[in-house]
Amino acid sequence: MSLLEVDDLEVRFPTETGMVEAVRGVSFRLGRERLGVVGESGSGKTITGRAILGLVRPPGQVRARRMLFDGIDLARLDEHGMRRLRGQRMAMIMQDPKYSLNPVMRVGRQLTEGLRLRERMSRSEARKRALEALEAVKIRDPERVYDAYPHELSGGMGQRVMIAMMLIPGPDLLIADEPTSALDVTVQAEVLKILDALVRERGMGLIFISHDLKLVSRFCDRVLVMYRGRVVEEIAADRLDQARHPYTRGLLECLPRIGGPRGHLPVLTRDPAWEEA
Amino acid sequence: MSRFLRSPLGRLSAWLTAPDPTSRLQARLGQAWLTWLRFSRNPLAMLGLGIILALVLMALFAPLLAPHDPLEQDLAQRLLPPFSPGHWLGTDEFGRDILSRIIHGARITLTIVALVAVTAPVFGLLIGTVSGYFGGWVDTVLMRLTDIFLAFPRLILALALVAALGPGIENAILAIALTAWPPYARVARAETLTVRSADYIAAIRLAGASHGRIILGHVTPMCLPSVIIRVTLDMAGVILTAAGLGFLGLGAQPPLPEWGLMISSGRKFLFDQWWVATMPGLAIFIVSLGFNLLGDGLRDVLDPRSASR
Amino acid sequence: MAAMIEIDGLDVTFRVKGHEVRAVQKAGFTVEAGESYGLVGESGSGKSTILRAICGLAPVTGGTIRIEGRPLGSRRDKAFARKVQMVFQDPYASLHPRHTLDRILSEPLAIHGLGDHDRRVVAALESVGLPASFRFRYPHQLSGGQRQRVAIARALMLEPQILLLDEPTSALDASVQAEVLNLLWDLREERGLTYLMVSHDLAVIDHMCDRMAVMEAGRIVETLERPDLLAGRFRHPYTRKLFEASLEAGG
Repeated sequence: MSLLEVDDLEVRFPTETGMVEAVRGVSFRLGRERLGVVGESGSGKTITGRAILGLVRPPGQVRARRMLFDGIDLARLDEHGMRRLRGQRMAMIMQDPKYSLNPVMRVGRQLTEGLRLRERMSRSEARKRALEALEAVKIRDPERVYDAYPHELSGGMGQRVMIAMMLIPGPDLLIADEPTSALDVTVQAEVLKILDALVRERGMGLIFISHDLKLVSRFCDRVLVMYRGRVVEEIAADRLDQARHPYTRGLLECLPRIGGPRGHLPVLTRDPAWEEA
Repeated sequence: MSRFLRSPLGRLSAWLTAPDPTSRLQARLGQAWLTWLRFSRNPLAMLGLGIILALVLMALFAPLLAPHDPLEQDLAQRLLPPFSPGHWLGTDEFGRDILSRIIHGARITLTIVALVAVTAPVFGLLIGTVSGYFGGWVDTVLMRLTDIFLAFPRLILALALVAALGPGIENAILAIALTAWPPYARVARAETLTVRSADYIAAIRLAGASHGRIILGHVTPMCLPSVIIRVTLDMAGVILTAAGLGFLGLGAQPPLPEWGLMISSGRKFLFDQWWVATMPGLAIFIVSLGFNLLGDGLRDVLDPRSASR
Repeated sequence: MAAMIEIDGLDVTFRVKGHEVRAVQKAGFTVEAGESYGLVGESGSGKSTILRAICGLAPVTGGTIRIEGRPLGSRRDKAFARKVQMVFQDPYASLHPRHTLDRILSEPLAIHGLGDHDRRVVAALESVGLPASFRFRYPHQLSGGQRQRVAIARALMLEPQILLLDEPTSALDASVQAEVLNLLWDLREERGLTYLMVSHDLAVIDHMCDRMAVMEAGRIVETLERPDLLAGRFRHPYTRKLFEASLEAGG
C-alpha cells in the first residue's frame, strides 16, 4: 500500500486582486521511496508540501478528493488529529536553519523538547536519545553541539541538527523543502549523503522539494515537475534525459554547464497551454 | 459594470489602478489609492478618521456651528443643566454655553496638535536620520542630546518655561514640542540603522550621490511610516498634556475655551453641576480615542511587519 | 598598456565587536580591458568583499587597487562612478522600494548633471528588454528577473567601462537566470565592457568568463583559464573539491 496518496489537491488564497490558485489538481502516490518535486517560484511545490502537513492556514483553502497517509484521510482530520501525526509520523525539514531553529534555545533543549512532552521521558534518557540522533547525522562532537545555540553552528551543521531533530521520533514520511539550497555547494553533498543514508536505513518515504532539477534527479527515484500549480511531468529520475514535456526539457537545457557552449543559453518560451495541461 | 467604468468616478478609479502609469504623479496617487482602499476596510480606523475629520470641521466652521458666542456671559443663565432650551450641553458658572465653548475649543486643540505635529516629528526625523546615517561621534553626540531632552518631564519643563516667559498657550505648545521630539529621533534612528546597510543605498552611493541626497531622498522615505504612526498615536498624549497644563493654569488662560481649562474651572462644581467639567472631558476622551484608532489603522496599513492578516 | 583592474596584495579587515575579521588576505589578480573575469568561491571566501573594496564600501587595510593604472584612495569621486558600476545580488534589496523605475534610472543622471532624462530612461529600459510602459512602476510590481534587469539598466546609465557583478543571478530561477546571463553576454559584446563577476556557481563563471580566480577563506588559492578548468588541470585541492561538487549538483 502507498504511504501517501494525494488525489486532485487544490489550494487557493483569496487576495485583493482575486483568488490565487496556488495548487491546481495535483495527484501522486508515494511509497517508501524518494520523490522529487521540482519547480520554479510560483509553481506551488512548497505549498503542496505544506498542504499535506496541514500547515496552510486560513484564509488559504485546501481541498482534495483524497489525501491518504497510511490509510488515514488527512483531508477530514481535524487539527488535533493532525498534531498527533505531525512530528511523530510526518516531519518537515525547511530551507534555512537560521529561521527554522529557535535562536534563543539551546540545541539540546530543542531536540529533547518533543520527547519529554510526548513520551514523558526523563531528562537523561532524552539526552541520550538526542546525542544518538546527533551522531546519526555524523556530527563529530555531539556534546558540544548539544549545548550550543543555533547561531554558533555553521549552515551545514544547523541543517544536520534540523534533520536529527525531525528524525528522533522516527517518522514514516519526511518532506524536505529545499533542504540544501541555503548551503554551500561542498556542504550540500555531505548533507545529502547523510539524508540519503538515514532515509534508506529507516525505510522512510521522502518528498524532496527543490528548484534544482539536476540535483533532484541524482538524489531521488522519481521526479514530479510542477509548473504554475500543476504537475506537467512525472518521470523516473534515471530517465530524465528522455523527458517529454517542453517545460522539463527547457529547464534541463537552460542551465550553464562547465565546458558547455558559449554565447546564448537556450531560454524557455512559456507556452500558455502548459497551464491547462 | 461598464456604465460605472464610463462614468467619471469609474474613469478615475481605472486611472488610479492602471498597471502602467504614465507619470510619477499617477504612480504615486495610484499607490496612495491602494493604501486608502486597505485602510477603509478597517471599520475602527474609519471611525477614528471620522472623529478627527469632525474635529477639523468643527474647528474650521466654529463660528457657523456654535449657537452662541463662547465668551458671552449671562449670569442669569448660569449652571443650567444639559438639554436646557438653547443650551444643549448646559452652561457654566458664568452662563456661557458649554457646547459653543467646546466647538471653539476645538480650534485651540487643533492648533496645538498641528503645531506640535509639524515641529517635533520633523526635528526628530532630522536628528534621527543624521545620527543613524553617520554613526560614530555624530551619533553619540546627537543621541546624548536626545537623552537630555527625553529626561525632561513635560510638566516640569512647562513650569520652568512659565516661570521664565509667563503663562500662555504658546509657551505650553513650546514646552510640549520640546519634549515630544526625542521619541521620533529614536524611531528614525532605528529605521535608519536598518536601511543604511541596504543594497539600494550602496547603489546610489556608487552613483556618486551626496550624503544629503541619500538622507533626504532615500533614507527619510523609509522612516516616514514609523514616524507617521508614532505621531498619530502621540497626538492623544499631546492633547492630554495640553489639557493638563491648562488644568494647572500653565497653558491657556481664561477666558479661552480650552478644554483642559474648562475642566479645571468646572472642578468646583463637579458634584452638583457635573456637566461643566464632564462635557469637555468627554470631548478630550473622544478626540484621543479618535487619534488612537486612526494610529492603529495607519499602522496596519503602513507597517508591513505588524499587519495582521 | 595598463590593465583595466589591477588588484595587488589586497587586505580587507573588518573590526567586529572588538576582534578582527580578515575577510581578504593578500589577494592579487589583473583584469584586462574588455575581458570577463570570474571570482568563484563559497560563502565567506571574500569574493564579494573584493568587489565592495573596489567600490570603497569595505575597509582596505593593505595592498593597492588600480583602475586603468591609477591607484584608488579611500574615497571614490564622481569620475569613478562614471567608470565603474555594480550589479548587486538580491533584486529584492537593490532597488529602492519607494521609488519608481523612472526615478531609479534617472537619479544617476541627475547627480552627474546629464540631461535628456526621458530619452535615456526609455532607451535604458529597452536595452534590457523591458517595455517603456514600465517606466512608472514600482519595484514591487516587478518579478525578480525584471528587477534584476532594472538593476543592470541602472548600472549602465552612466555608461561605465567596468561592471562589477555580485552573484547577479543567484537569487533567480533557473530559466530566468538564463535570460539574464544572455542579456549580460549581449551587453558586453555590444558595448565592449569589462566584467568582474563573482559567483559561487562554477558553471556560471565558466560560461561567462574566460579567466577566473578561486577563493577560499579570504585567499586566492588558484587562478585558471577556462580550458584548464574543463580539462581538469587544476593544482589546488579546493578547486578540485569545488569542481566535483559542481558536477554533482548538476553543473
